[in-house]
Amino acid sequence: MVSRAVEAPRSQRPRPRLRDFFPLRKGSGRAGEPPVKPAADANALEPTIYRFILKYSLPQQLTLLALTVVSFPFLYYSIDLPKLIINKAISGHDFPQSLLGLDLGQTEYLMALCFIFLFLVLINGGFKYLVNRFKNQVGERMLRRFRYRLYERMLHFQVSRFHQTSSAQIIPMITSECEELGNFIGEAVVTPAFQGGTLLTIILFMFMQNPVLGAAAVALYPLQGYVTPRLQRRINRLRRNRVRAIREVADRVQESSSGIVDILSNDMAKLQLTGFAHLMGRIYDIRFEIDRRKYFIKFLNNFIAQLTPFFFFSIGGYLVITERLSLGALVAVLAAYKDMSPPWRELLNFYQVKESSRIKYEQIIEQFEPDRVISPRLLEEPEKVEPLAGDLVATNLSLVEDDRTRIVDSVSFGIPLASHTAIIGQGNSGKDELAQLLAGLIEPTSGRITIGGVDLSKLPPATRGRRIGYVGATPYLFAGSLHDNFLLALRHRPLRPAEYEPAAERRRESELNEARKAGNIDFDIAADWADYQSAGVVDEKELLARLAEVLDRLDFAEDVYGFGLRSRLDPERNPEAAAGFLKARKSLAARLLAEGITGLVETFDPERYNKNASLAENLLFGSPIGPAFDYDALSSNSYVEHVLAEVGLADDLIEAGRKVAATMIELFADLPAGHEFFERYGFIGADELPEYAAILARVGKAGPQGLAKADRTRLLSLPFKVVAARHRFDFLDEALQKRVIAARGVFRAELPSEAQGQIAFFDPERYHAAASVQDNILFGKIAYGEAEAPARIPKVLKEVIDALGLRPKVIEVGLDTEVGSGGARLSLAQRQKAAIARAVLKRPDYLVLNEATSALDGPAQAAVMRGLIEEFRGKGLFWALHRASLARNFDRVLVMSNGKLQEEGLASELDRKGSLMALLLAAD
Amino acid sequence: MSLEQEFELLKRVPFFADIEPAKLKLLAFLSERVAFDPGRPLMRQGDAADAAYVLIDGEAEVIAETPEGPVTLATLGENEVVGEIAILCDVPRTATVRAKSRVVALRISKESFMHMIREFPNMAVSIMCELARRLELTNQQLRAAVSELKRASKAAAPSS
Repeated sequence: MVSRAVEAPRSQRPRPRLRDFFPLRKGSGRAGEPPVKPAADANALEPTIYRFILKYSLPQQLTLLALTVVSFPFLYYSIDLPKLIINKAISGHDFPQSLLGLDLGQTEYLMALCFIFLFLVLINGGFKYLVNRFKNQVGERMLRRFRYRLYERMLHFQVSRFHQTSSAQIIPMITSECEELGNFIGEAVVTPAFQGGTLLTIILFMFMQNPVLGAAAVALYPLQGYVTPRLQRRINRLRRNRVRAIREVADRVQESSSGIVDILSNDMAKLQLTGFAHLMGRIYDIRFEIDRRKYFIKFLNNFIAQLTPFFFFSIGGYLVITERLSLGALVAVLAAYKDMSPPWRELLNFYQVKESSRIKYEQIIEQFEPDRVISPRLLEEPEKVEPLAGDLVATNLSLVEDDRTRIVDSVSFGIPLASHTAIIGQGNSGKDELAQLLAGLIEPTSGRITIGGVDLSKLPPATRGRRIGYVGATPYLFAGSLHDNFLLALRHRPLRPAEYEPAAERRRESELNEARKAGNIDFDIAADWADYQSAGVVDEKELLARLAEVLDRLDFAEDVYGFGLRSRLDPERNPEAAAGFLKARKSLAARLLAEGITGLVETFDPERYNKNASLAENLLFGSPIGPAFDYDALSSNSYVEHVLAEVGLADDLIEAGRKVAATMIELFADLPAGHEFFERYGFIGADELPEYAAILARVGKAGPQGLAKADRTRLLSLPFKVVAARHRFDFLDEALQKRVIAARGVFRAELPSEAQGQIAFFDPERYHAAASVQDNILFGKIAYGEAEAPARIPKVLKEVIDALGLRPKVIEVGLDTEVGSGGARLSLAQRQKAAIARAVLKRPDYLVLNEATSALDGPAQAAVMRGLIEEFRGKGLFWALHRASLARNFDRVLVMSNGKLQEEGLASELDRKGSLMALLLAAD
Repeated sequence: MSLEQEFELLKRVPFFADIEPAKLKLLAFLSERVAFDPGRPLMRQGDAADAAYVLIDGEAEVIAETPEGPVTLATLGENEVVGEIAILCDVPRTATVRAKSRVVALRISKESFMHMIREFPNMAVSIMCELARRLELTNQQLRAAVSELKRASKAAAPSS
């Protein structure tokens, strides 16, 4: 108590600060070195939309302008001509009139003028069409260029940038937000020029009629010109807010969709919805306000437009009365004024669109600012990609975050590149960032890494991407097959051009031309990009062999083998494999016979009923390809009905259906509706039971013959699902089985030609494209009720496949497995192994693994580690480990703590009493 | 063998004697017919229990794996039930059961079995009776074994 009394009050004590525990070294980085400043961004986007337009489409805009100017005289004549027709041709008197050196009578003159009018109309229409087309082309090209630039810049973002911005914001920027810019860019120069020109012409005309009236016509323009931008400014501000709010919506939607599990598990739905509703309320207010202001501008402009005639009538009328102006002139001015308002309206409209586009543009590009972009050399292709060798030396390597936290703090070490190094430490020790620094993925704030004396950050990104491998803990697989994903690491640039037919070649040429005009990259996606050489092989065939080797090393071959067994193979694409699997089918049958276990698999035999397959499968004796013969829809298929009627089976099967329904109702009637047995054992769902009871009642009354078609279909659907060996209904006796086989024959023989493609029949001598590799080799069903079968059959299958040397073929099929978007169809462990395989395949000079095997279980992890240490003998391996004990397999260990390199050396040396390594080992 | 026949067969199993026919039919439907070649195990001692078996055909031996080697406890024949204890109280298999000849059995999964017991208290009672009977049998064997042991040690004592 006493000691506490003398203590100073808590708030007066100096607060302990982080710096007290980890004093910062003075002058981090080398002395005298200026802070790293981002280099001038050569690739930066133009700051305003007009600069962008002028930089990339000035000639086109000028052409448009020229086209418009050229079209003016024709337009003028086409407006002028009607006057001529009325005044001179229709109500004129001095004939003959001379036209183009010909003397014409009144009718001929009228006709001639009319045809000239028609001709001018055509010319004007033609010009309009031409201008529109060209405008559109310019706009689309510029839009393409803009989108391309945005995407290109996104690829240049620093890795850390992606932790801060969600893709939900970037996606609409590149897709919908810039959509309207294309239209505007086409209009940007020509519309103000054209409409302004028209307006000026008319104003000029008016001034020539009467300067006072001309002045009256434009008297209010300055007012409009003053008020409108001021009103518009407020709208612009609201528009900016709207875009921001919409982006928030995108963020929120993405957040909710990724966090759906947590929303459900914490009952957050109402909170989320309320938050969303608030956001919607904000957007509603903004939109409502924008529209309100827009309508006000419209109202004001309309009012002003109507106000002008007031001046005409009052001033003009006064002038006419006082005989200072002729009535005709007043009428002409009024008519001209009517022509004046459309271009003026267009101009005002254009102004609003311009403002909106300007803001959009600025709001988009501010998200692609230069300070968030890495070196602009990403797309540079070096003359030669030199292998990296020598010592890897880190000097005073530091990484400081925006809030001045030193994540990596003055780390220095030197290691022969061709050695194996483990990096260990606790969660936020900086080992994660050190691994990324080593891979050149992030740039150090100060200090540097050199390899053989060459600064890592000075290397072209292309060299880093090809000579250095990196795999993180949550690697990404791209939608496509596994094989495609492995090849990605070898596809840096097109190497062998694609072969084209002459017509396709020409099309391709024009596509390329267009791409260049929009400033897009002009590579060919169809070309062969695979750099086999970098994988150390010469062609696809050797690559497959190498892949098999890598998969084996990484404990991944068994997974891919499993995929292969369950996948389908297109026998036309790979006839060799199909032939091999057919051989395996024969070999497996022989094996089963030799071991006396034929009972475990019931083979498909055209002449026999397969008791382990459903009645439907027995009837079709093949796999449905389209929906027509889908097993579930079979009972309502008219051709099936026809076949059953022909062999006299229809009524018997309906009777069988009745029995199945009766049994089901008897067995399941007492079960509660949601009981799992319905799902697992029932032919009939709980909700269908009463319906079937009703059908049975109708059968009782009317007999099977009197049933409605729908009832017959439903009853028929039941026996189709019956598997004889499993369900053990006694109606499916030998006699009925024989008749099903007869129906099978009829079904196949009479199948209309247009339905041939809907089904793939089982054929003992042919590969069955619609079934998996495993089903093709088994060519039958694993028998129900044989206790041994589930364990024994896969084993025998494997032995047969190995004996025939078909394992590589199965793996080849497995490599064609689609991994799904983001690799979602694979487990995280499989994704990790696939990503490591991808990195190994390109044979990097050193590989950096950043907790890349965290999802693997112990034995798999050990196997992968063994494989990699073997694979990278004589090459570099850096592995940020999530378990310290694994570090014992490495030449050298770096122990990180609080961003500092705390210990360095051999695992055996470091594991001594009191060392950090020992602590970490103990915590494992 | 059809569902009907299996139902007839189950009716003859004492274990299910008191269950009404409709429920027994459901049990027959829910169960799966499984065949085991001679020498193959129906279950292994120590494994997790997932099903009980009703022997339809053939003979099976119940074997306890002891440190001194396997000891055959009993031989089961037609209409006998095996493996139900372990699924009742969620313990690992207490013995290995191996087919002596080719055995055909109805495999009743744990869920089906528990469902039947919960739905039909009569079945639970008959299981209790069966267990009590077995306990009594075991007690008798124990008494016999203990007195055997005493006699043997008495016989051995004078000679030492």
